[in-house]
Amino acid sequence: MSTAPGRKQIHLAAHFPGVNSTTVWADPRSGSQIDFSSFEHLARTAERGLFDFFFLAEGLRLREHNGRIHDLDVVGRPESITVLNALAAVTDRLGLAGTVNATFNEPYELARRFASLDHLSAGRAAWNVVTSSDAFTGENFRRGGYLDRADRYTRAAEFLTTARELWDSWTPEGEPRPFAHSGPQFGIEGEFTVPRSPQGHPVVIQAGDSAEGREFAASAADVIFSRHSTLEAGREFYADAKGRLARYGRAPEDLKIMPAVTYALGDTDAEAQERAAEIRRQQVSPQNAIFALEQIWGRDLSGYDPDGPLPDVDPDPDSTLVQGRVRVADPVAVARKWRALSEARGLSIRQTVIETSGRQSFVGTPETVAAALEEFVVTGAADGFILVPHLTPGGLDDFVDRVVPLLQERGVFRTEYSGTTLRSHLGLPEPVWKG
Amino acid sequence: MTSTRTLHLAAELAPGGSPASSASADARTAAARTVALARLAEAAALDFLTHDDSFGRPGLDALAVLARVAPETRSVGLVPTVTTTHTEPFHVQAAVATLDWVSRGRAGWRIAVSPTAAEARLIGRRPVPPTAELWQEAGEVAEVSRKLWDSWEDDAEIRDVTTGRFVDRRKLHYVNFQGSTFSVKGPSIVPRPPQGNPVTVVDATRPAARDTAAHHADVALIRASSAEEAAALRAELHQGARAHGRDPGQLRVLLSATVDLDAYEGGPGALAELIAGWYGGGAVDGFHLVPAVPERDLERFTAETVTRLGDRGLFRKAYEGTTLRDHLGLTRPVSQYATDARATTGARA
Repeated sequence: MSTAPGRKQIHLAAHFPGVNSTTVWADPRSGSQIDFSSFEHLARTAERGLFDFFFLAEGLRLREHNGRIHDLDVVGRPESITVLNALAAVTDRLGLAGTVNATFNEPYELARRFASLDHLSAGRAAWNVVTSSDAFTGENFRRGGYLDRADRYTRAAEFLTTARELWDSWTPEGEPRPFAHSGPQFGIEGEFTVPRSPQGHPVVIQAGDSAEGREFAASAADVIFSRHSTLEAGREFYADAKGRLARYGRAPEDLKIMPAVTYALGDTDAEAQERAAEIRRQQVSPQNAIFALEQIWGRDLSGYDPDGPLPDVDPDPDSTLVQGRVRVADPVAVARKWRALSEARGLSIRQTVIETSGRQSFVGTPETVAAALEEFVVTGAADGFILVPHLTPGGLDDFVDRVVPLLQERGVFRTEYSGTTLRSHLGLPEPVWKG
Repeated sequence: MTSTRTLHLAAELAPGGSPASSASADARTAAARTVALARLAEAAALDFLTHDDSFGRPGLDALAVLARVAPETRSVGLVPTVTTTHTEPFHVQAAVATLDWVSRGRAGWRIAVSPTAAEARLIGRRPVPPTAELWQEAGEVAEVSRKLWDSWEDDAEIRDVTTGRFVDRRKLHYVNFQGSTFSVKGPSIVPRPPQGNPVTVVDATRPAARDTAAHHADVALIRASSAEEAAALRAELHQGARAHGRDPGQLRVLLSATVDLDAYEGGPGALAELIAGWYGGGAVDGFHLVPAVPERDLERFTAETVTRLGDRGLFRKAYEGTTLRDHLGLTRPVSQYATDARATTGARA
């Protein structure tokens, strides 16, 4: 390693901006969400910054609101694995992570696609395993319908086990062996047609935060994509997730915890704060403010003035207004909190939404941000970060130009790639072949 | 259609897959090897390259390989084989549309079915139905794919700051497709690809596939042992296209033949004569080379056969367009859901 010995190293990943209001499309600098050149720009930027990996989310049905396709945020994206294979041609070391649903795929086909990506990228593939339960998404697929929450992870766990059996079905010497898997979810047999891939097994990422999701990650994942971007919540989650590993005979360093984070930089901390506020204003357009309110209230609030006061009516707890995204757990409590805030500070609907919408995780000068990132990692709140820029495709340019060099000076981030595979970047062991 | 008839040439990159003995080495070198072959084909201005595939054959996923090749090539069309039997139609169309995006308008797909019990056991979802039903399902997958590609009109993305809208949702369409074995609600998750509809290729040699080819293919591959046999197959496909309400002028029929140029009597020159003769006589619109040994035969085919066809003025010396549809002389289809009257005049270049 070309880094100071003994210092805990930070891992970094670049999240391509997604189809939600975090991504600002109205900014003049905002480029295409679908042209390959945008993916290439962000991936090359991440590789220039010596990031561990590039990350793509997945969409399987366009989101709806009040029975109509949601039109206020970025819509549309490519199929992940195909883009990652193309990116393998324009990058050399960067890990390539794709989100693919275990509910609407079959193990043989998906294991083959990820093993192919691992070969074509010379050992840089990662699979973010997600599950889905909703019949709404199922309407686009053969299997259709509904899986209940517990069953999704039952299926995902057996799916991953089966995929690993397929990846292990060739000997490291290159001999194919027949496989047979027989379980409650899958009964398949034959010969896997892709030789053992450079990483043995592509890196597995898990992104769910439920108890079932955490347990699944502890038993089977290499990386957790977590949502806990504050120091306190991060430490709690980190301790909880790492604490589950011993049960599966795994060491703490076998599972990396990487929260998704946002950031804003400035030449002074005050300038960074102003820039962060400006980004939040861009993220919450007047229309998006009403939309955010409808998400909580579960009611059509299109008649309300975004610059006026919050509605007097209470949320509809049984609303089906929102489809294709997770609804908040206790809308009545959230509404009460928002009203209190609005009244106390005299805020309009839009101002309230801006105030309550997620703050950037890290705001400050490059020095401030670098120090904060290090603190997270040193004090056990994270092993690294999945950076979510708000602009496509140049949203990480400033981070790579200004923050990465400071992390390197601090001795907590690589100054060159020491290996060629994503496993080597993440410091993960080679998987033991179970032939 | 009044377009001038032109000769079309294509080649297969992965005939027969890898034998198990060399599969590991082949997988490691697949990217470099395929890029080298694709550049050879591109230097000769071939219309497109196919990459065969099935779940049961050794080798990497064909669509993945061609996505890996796309950024390292500029003009040649890229056509992976994709089975419709054990796959999700929604995923398949999204992957093909994405190949079109990453190649900037050079994608096609060769529709295949998975007729064997061995393939069915790899997936474990259902026993394998009779081949005729598989081809009917393949036709339905082709149809729903076109609907999904069209489900975003070309100008659906508006980025209208005044109204806060990124898309005009009146230009996004549910497809509500109900097939015999699956249904899809839509719209697609992928915006309309550069070609509107990537190019659909069907091997029409087997009678079971012929009606699906006549109905859905932009390019039909046939195998024939004489010009007369080829001409009859082409006429049958054209008639079938008409019966399905299509313009036969939008269907290219290519003779597909496995050629070992070391053993081929008369060598690459004689092959050029044969192609020129069959094409000139109207038996086929072009030729799809399946090389016995890709590195050797594609090299000789491009260096000698294609050069001769170019010297005789039968084949382009350089690409004139940028998309696979351009190379094939196929129009870019207007979305079947297009709501804008101007779009239906076909004004788009």
